[in-house]
Amino acid sequence: MTTDINGTALAVFIFFFVFVTVLGFVAARWRKPETLAHIDEWGLGGRSFGTWITWFLVGGDFYTAYTVIAVPALVYTVGAYGFFALPYTIVVYPFVFMVMPVLWKRAKDFGYVTAGDVVHGQYGSRGLELAVAATGVIATMPYIALQLVGMTAVLKALGLHGELPLAIAFIVLALYTYSAGLRAPALIAFVKDIMIYIVVIAAVALIPSKLGGYANVFASADAAFQAKGSGSLLLGGGQYVAYATLALGSALAAFMYPHTLTGIFASNSGKTIRKNAIMLPAYTLLLGLLALLGYMGHAANLKLDSANDVVPTLFKTLFSGWFSGFAFAAIAIGALVPAAVMSIGAANLFTRNFWKAYVNPDVSNAGEAKVAKVTSLVVKVGALLVILFLPTQFALDLQLLGGIWILQTFPALVFGLYTNWFRAPGLLAGWFVGFFGGTFLVWDAGWKPLHLVSLGGEPFTVYIGLLALAANIAVAVMINAVVPVRTIVRA
Amino acid sequence: MDKILRKAVPWLLVIPYIGLLWPPFYNVREPAMFGFPFFYWYQLMWVPITATLTWIVYRSTRHDD
Repeated sequence: MTTDINGTALAVFIFFFVFVTVLGFVAARWRKPETLAHIDEWGLGGRSFGTWITWFLVGGDFYTAYTVIAVPALVYTVGAYGFFALPYTIVVYPFVFMVMPVLWKRAKDFGYVTAGDVVHGQYGSRGLELAVAATGVIATMPYIALQLVGMTAVLKALGLHGELPLAIAFIVLALYTYSAGLRAPALIAFVKDIMIYIVVIAAVALIPSKLGGYANVFASADAAFQAKGSGSLLLGGGQYVAYATLALGSALAAFMYPHTLTGIFASNSGKTIRKNAIMLPAYTLLLGLLALLGYMGHAANLKLDSANDVVPTLFKTLFSGWFSGFAFAAIAIGALVPAAVMSIGAANLFTRNFWKAYVNPDVSNAGEAKVAKVTSLVVKVGALLVILFLPTQFALDLQLLGGIWILQTFPALVFGLYTNWFRAPGLLAGWFVGFFGGTFLVWDAGWKPLHLVSLGGEPFTVYIGLLALAANIAVAVMINAVVPVRTIVRA
Repeated sequence: MDKILRKAVPWLLVIPYIGLLWPPFYNVREPAMFGFPFFYWYQLMWVPITATLTWIVYRSTRHDD
């Protein structure tokens, strides 16, 4: 440990961390069901969450600690282009409003817990189910790892270097998730989200006055971009398509992830989800303002080792000790909620679509809960090991691929809610083409999510996830039209 | 009339996609507001607009679940 520790900040940080840990364990008794030994209870909180709990849970789980660190970092580095997170997290909600209540109803009526269950129920294909479930798990793993990157950034700002604090935080998280299931992050999300709201509102209200107002914040950022010769306050002409396709592609992918779907399936009605589609944009407003912290970093003339330090360093420089401790606690707890829900979502997939499908089809309800609990531990330890032993860049590249991969489950999961025309062979072939084609394009572009397209005129870049999805759908339609319909007796 | 309206209202949700996914609409600095270039306040403004449109659709939706 080095000597740059601020005692007050650290004390405040530890106080809140201990507080949510206690909450996490208490959560097992919160809204106590008859038994927690059932995957519906452990993994979906009994499908009983009303409007407010869902709002805090999905908000806490979708707007992650990594977002709080990475979006301002991207804006700090590249400017306007980094703002695609804003249109992304706006246009996602009309989609949620229209589609997610339908999906929720399907899951509720048939007792489905995961996307894999929904697909298996619709198409009766173990292959397609496995493709969807496996995609969910591998897309989520690096996402969990990135929550640790977010946490590392604030621990570093607190003066806590080394791997031990991170490992302790994560093991504590793993234990209460094991015992309380989805109830733990749902309860902690209340604390986390309120803290984040306080921090961001304080930051966007107070910091600009210390830096000469918003006009000066934008002007300083503009000057800094011109001085270093890259980045800009507006999009370059060639960035239009990239900006729009990243926003749209990310929005379509967002609610295909196991953690967001878990939040949807855990709610108590379609009406709850529709109400949330109206209320969740409040977090988007927060995110948009938070992104501006990247520009404030320029106005404050911060000297940074890495762009990811922009938010922690800004807080440390401009806030008093106790408030920066509070802010860091908010971000660190902000890593725990999504990490918990992600590990639960991945564990549900493993249990329902692998264990039950291939290892033990006769597994009891209590047995399912047991398998899921153990899997959630394994998943979290795996993510911790990835961060401790592999370069961070590895997790970043995988997370990037994860977004493209999860988008390829969209046709299988969503189309069946509206039409019975599609069948498993076409969808599986489409998934295969989208998944591996998308991966190839990302590799080909040097681990970048954008592919250069030239249609005769000026070339432009397009989000690979959306290109792969287009290929996915085209292949699914063609194969489906060509392969004859076998008479399938539906159970 | 009532039935037609009920069918038409959800189409309001297409508006945010048009407003946000065509950057040439808003990729300019002026007019600025409270020091925010147009690019920034325009997109932020779509948050309450989208929430309001969704609320209007919500009001006309039958919640039979």
